[in-house]
Amino acid sequence: MSTADTLQGFKRDGRVVIVGASLAGLRAAEALRDEGFTGKLTMIGDELGEPYDRPPLSKQVLTGWVPADGTTLPRRRDIDAEWLLGVPADGLDLANNHVRLADGRTIPFDRMLISTGVRARPWPVEAEAALDGVFVVRTREDAAGLQRAVAAGPSRVLIIGAGFTGSEIASVCRERDIPVTVAELAPSPLVGGLGAMIGEIAADMQRAHGVDLRCGVKVTQLEGDAQGRVRRAHFSDGSAVDADVVVVALGGIRNTEWLRDSGLAVGVWGVACDAGCRAFDLNGLVTDDIFVAGDVARSPNPMYEYRFISLEHWANAVEQAEIAAHNMVSAQADRWPHLSIPTFWSIQFGVNIKSVGVPTYADEVVVTQGSVADHRFVAAYGYHGRVTAAVSFNNAKWLDHYRRLIETAAPFPPPCPTPDQPLDAKPVPVDFPGPTLLAQGATVVVTGHDPGERRVTAMRQHR
Amino acid sequence: MRVVVDLSRCQGYAQCAFLAPDAFRMHGEEALMYASNPDDAQRQQVLRAAAACPLQAILVDQLKGRDAPVGTSPS
Repeated sequence: MSTADTLQGFKRDGRVVIVGASLAGLRAAEALRDEGFTGKLTMIGDELGEPYDRPPLSKQVLTGWVPADGTTLPRRRDIDAEWLLGVPADGLDLANNHVRLADGRTIPFDRMLISTGVRARPWPVEAEAALDGVFVVRTREDAAGLQRAVAAGPSRVLIIGAGFTGSEIASVCRERDIPVTVAELAPSPLVGGLGAMIGEIAADMQRAHGVDLRCGVKVTQLEGDAQGRVRRAHFSDGSAVDADVVVVALGGIRNTEWLRDSGLAVGVWGVACDAGCRAFDLNGLVTDDIFVAGDVARSPNPMYEYRFISLEHWANAVEQAEIAAHNMVSAQADRWPHLSIPTFWSIQFGVNIKSVGVPTYADEVVVTQGSVADHRFVAAYGYHGRVTAAVSFNNAKWLDHYRRLIETAAPFPPPCPTPDQPLDAKPVPVDFPGPTLLAQGATVVVTGHDPGERRVTAMRQHR
Repeated sequence: MRVVVDLSRCQGYAQCAFLAPDAFRMHGEEALMYASNPDDAQRQQVLRAAAACPLQAILVDQLKGRDAPVGTSPS
């Protein structure tokens, strides 16, 4: 049988398993059916209920406008799938092509998609994390609990971590006039994603809205009362603050543990795959039948020197899911690369913050148009003299212009495209906190001598 | 009904907030907040808002639960 016949047979009655039934998994399933896949489709997810949208959880849900169970994702089409929900996948057997579930069942497949995403990084001290009033925000149950706590009118909310989620939650609490302290280890909010210049602007914005912002400090202890309710937090500078709600917003952990013994190239940075979403094995060889999409995927981006990049962005999950689905049912010559320029948004303190490109891939940044003081501007990011990213504050209509600059490797700094050129349009160093990923130690060892024998073996990671 | 807005596409033209103000609201000058589950009584307004979006960023459910998974895992 020719390869084309095999592919037609697979499209007609093959078996696809999608592990991770959230945004990326759902959109991949819809795209597979759009592509004409008529075989058996199985959706595996650790959460009960239909796939739902997460960005509203720290915004509309927290304000109480939308109930936590009200963000179920609309469907683009019927996907005719078998849903196995409420039980996480526990292992992947590449020799026999089946997924193992935590309850012992095994689900066979011809091709599979990994879209297991990330989970919230918990507060590291378990006993403190278990105190009443301590929250993370990732699932709708998390959001429902925090919404109730915020609606009850706490005396003060402490938010640990001033990334995007932490800052959005601080914004909602201030809208409700609840006293808020934000503790951030870095010198300013958002600095890890957008650099020092935007970080300073974000800090000013938080303080202008009455946030007690404490940067450069670490929370050393969460203290509970006799009833097991959180009541106080202690900081590394010796100070303390009384708070009856604590939100741990320290980012995510990629859900790759279940793949630890799978023989795929997995680690804390995600599952490595090619630009067509095909997973790499431990040796760095591309696999044929395993695909990856969404927050858990880490793929090389040609626009950024082919560096492997993982993105926890809504649009990236959607785009990668569609690329993965297309490539799952296509011959090699018909496969598509995932080449879209990353985009991201955050709504906080009445400002629409959006980015295009990869702001961390930059050495300089310059405000190219608008007014920082009015919180309406665009900043362009450059690396070695070309535009690599842009961030807008209430100026989203201009981001397509900057996307084209990035796509065409336009010189940095770019000229101002409008009459509202800022007076001080001078590039400054972008200044990100140092790379933390370099400190995580070895993940593999290489054994064997002859080229035909040399193989990679995963090392157990001490986390 | 179910709604999701691709906010990476949204450019804050606010046509939706004008046409279906109970489901779409501006937060500040440009940021859009929306109800993910507007009441079915608003369906016509929401569909009009989705049709009017210059960026076609509003997705409304195309089917009515024909394919909804059961609440617990079958074994």
